[in-house]
This record gives sequence, structure tokens and C-alpha cells, in this order.
Amino acid sequence: MKFTCPECAAEFEVEDVIEGEIVTCPECGAELEVVLDDDKFTVKVAEKAGEDWGE
Amino acid sequence: MSRSLSLIYDRIRVEEKELISAAERLGVNLKLVDAKTFHFDLNSLEKEKSVFGELALERCISYFRGLHITAILENAGIPVINSFKTSSICGNKLLTTLTLIKAGVPTPKTVIAFTLEEALKALDEIGYPAVLKPIFGSWGRLIAPLKDRETALALLEHREEMSNPLYQIYYIQEMVERPPRDIRTVVVGDEVVAAIYRYAAPDDWRTNIARGGRAEPCKLTPELEELVLKAARAVGGGVLGVDAMESPDGILIHEVNSTVEFKGAMMATGVDIPSKIIDYAIKQVKK
Repeated sequence: MKFTCPECAAEFEVEDVIEGEIVTCPECGAELEVVLDDDKFTVKVAEKAGEDWGE
Repeated sequence: MSRSLSLIYDRIRVEEKELISAAERLGVNLKLVDAKTFHFDLNSLEKEKSVFGELALERCISYFRGLHITAILENAGIPVINSFKTSSICGNKLLTTLTLIKAGVPTPKTVIAFTLEEALKALDEIGYPAVLKPIFGSWGRLIAPLKDRETALALLEHREEMSNPLYQIYYIQEMVERPPRDIRTVVVGDEVVAAIYRYAAPDDWRTNIARGGRAEPCKLTPELEELVLKAARAVGGGVLGVDAMESPDGILIHEVNSTVEFKGAMMATGVDIPSKIIDYAIKQVKK
């Protein structure tokens, strides 16, 4: 699956992604969430970690 | 007939991926619901059953988000793993400690204060070194060793400046003389399905796997098993990560986690934890 980083516009490829998964942009290191938009996988900047995150 | 469950998430971690694969293997229809792209109409909750199925596995990484979704679903008559009761106790270290003490589960000595001045007085009683923990949060975040009064004062002053009022509830615990490891157990219903030692990373004192801690299999002794199950029952049961320490006086239970991250335990023990969770969820539906 080919993606374009919304932060730095780098193009990169990731195999076997599922919706909701987090991938890291190999160029700028941004954390990106895989989302399904009109049946197409795309990435958006992931939520920032909150104080209540965890187990 | 294939059962229909839902998995509520806001971020797919290794654990959620594993739960999805386990459901596929077991022929369970597991519907994925992203909590970030869903809204609830509290005045007409009947329709939620068609979305969330017969039971929901609440696996949000954001504790408060997950807890409040659980409240809504339970009100709509949909059982949730874990229940609101369990989740609300486990998400608050003060409530967890109170529950453990009431149930007679050995737990580290804990004092609570609501102002900096009183926290220092409490520290004089409990003695140094001690540990200061926020009552909420995970992964060892902001947990601090208080070696002496100077360190305590500095850290408490920092806490006073933090805007979230929960940080001004000072939960202070004795520093337990333990080996450089603790024990993480994974409980599914009435069974301790895995136990591991968690060794702190070389540059940290906390043993959390999220902090780079290392996992090794741990033998489940009858004493450990009994205390872990007692702790799990005390908080209301379900799928839990119960953490224990080896103190000179025996096992102490210091934490119970409600959205257990079982990656480390699964890799170190080889136990198929996700399948056990899905199996347990199906049994809860049949009840």
C-alpha cells in the first residue's frame, strides 16, 4: 500500500495494513493512523498521546 | 450460529491485531468500532445492539473514553468486557488500593494527601524512600521515587503546578524492597492464563514493558495464583493484568489493569492469550 505523509509529503509503502493501525513515516517520523476513506486506505496524523492513555 | 461481538478501539495495537486474528480463527464475527468516528444518541440507545452485537470488548487506549463508552453500552443492555465497575476501579489507583485492602489482598502501604504540606507530613510517617504515583495513567508515567525530603518537595511543587486536578491527589506508597523485577499476570475470568517477570530496562527503575522492560516466563505458584485471583475478583473480574511484587514478607499486589497489554506476556510464555479472551467473551454471551 502506497501512502503520502500528510506532514512532510514523503511517499512510502507499507504492506498488510489494517484500519486503525499506526504507521511511522520513514522520512519525518510522524505517527500516522491508517484510515479507510471511500474504500481506499489513506493516512492521517495520529492522535497525540493523552494523559489517560495506557492499560 | 456464529456469535457477534464488537471490539471498540481508538488505536490498533499488537493486542487488538491479535484479538482480530483470534476471532477469525475461532469463527467469531468481531465487528470493529473506532471510538473516534462514532457518536451515541443517549435518547435512543436501542439501535446500538445492531452495531455492537451481543457483547463488546472495550479496548480503547484512552481510559476515560473507554470508561464512558462502557457506561453507555451497559445502559443500552450490552455487556462489556470489562464492566464499568471493574474499569472504574482499575483506572484509579486509589480506588484499586481501597478495594484490595477491603478484600484482604496484601498490597503496599499507601497514604493519601490532598495538599503539598500534608503530603510531606504523610511522607515523614511512611518514611523515605517512597514512591509518588498519579492516581490515574499508565506505563509508569510520572511515577517518581522520592529518595529524600528535598526530592519530595521538588516533585510535589511540580505537581502543584499541573493543571489537571487529579495530579493534586497525592498517592504515596512505601518503596517495597523487591528484586529489580515485578510480576505481570494475565487473568481471563477465573484463570491466570500467563505470568511473567518484568525486568526494568537498564536505564530505568520501573519495570513496565512500555518503558523497555524485558519479559521472562514466571512460574505460577499456588500463593501467587490465589492472590491474583482474589485481586481480580475483588475488582469485579473480567480480563485483567494483575501486577505483583516479591517483598521480603511475601507477594504484594500493587496494580490491576483493566485494558491489559498482553504482548510481552504472550511472547514470553507462548500462551495464546487472545484466543482465551475471545473464548471467554463467547462464554459470557451464552450465560
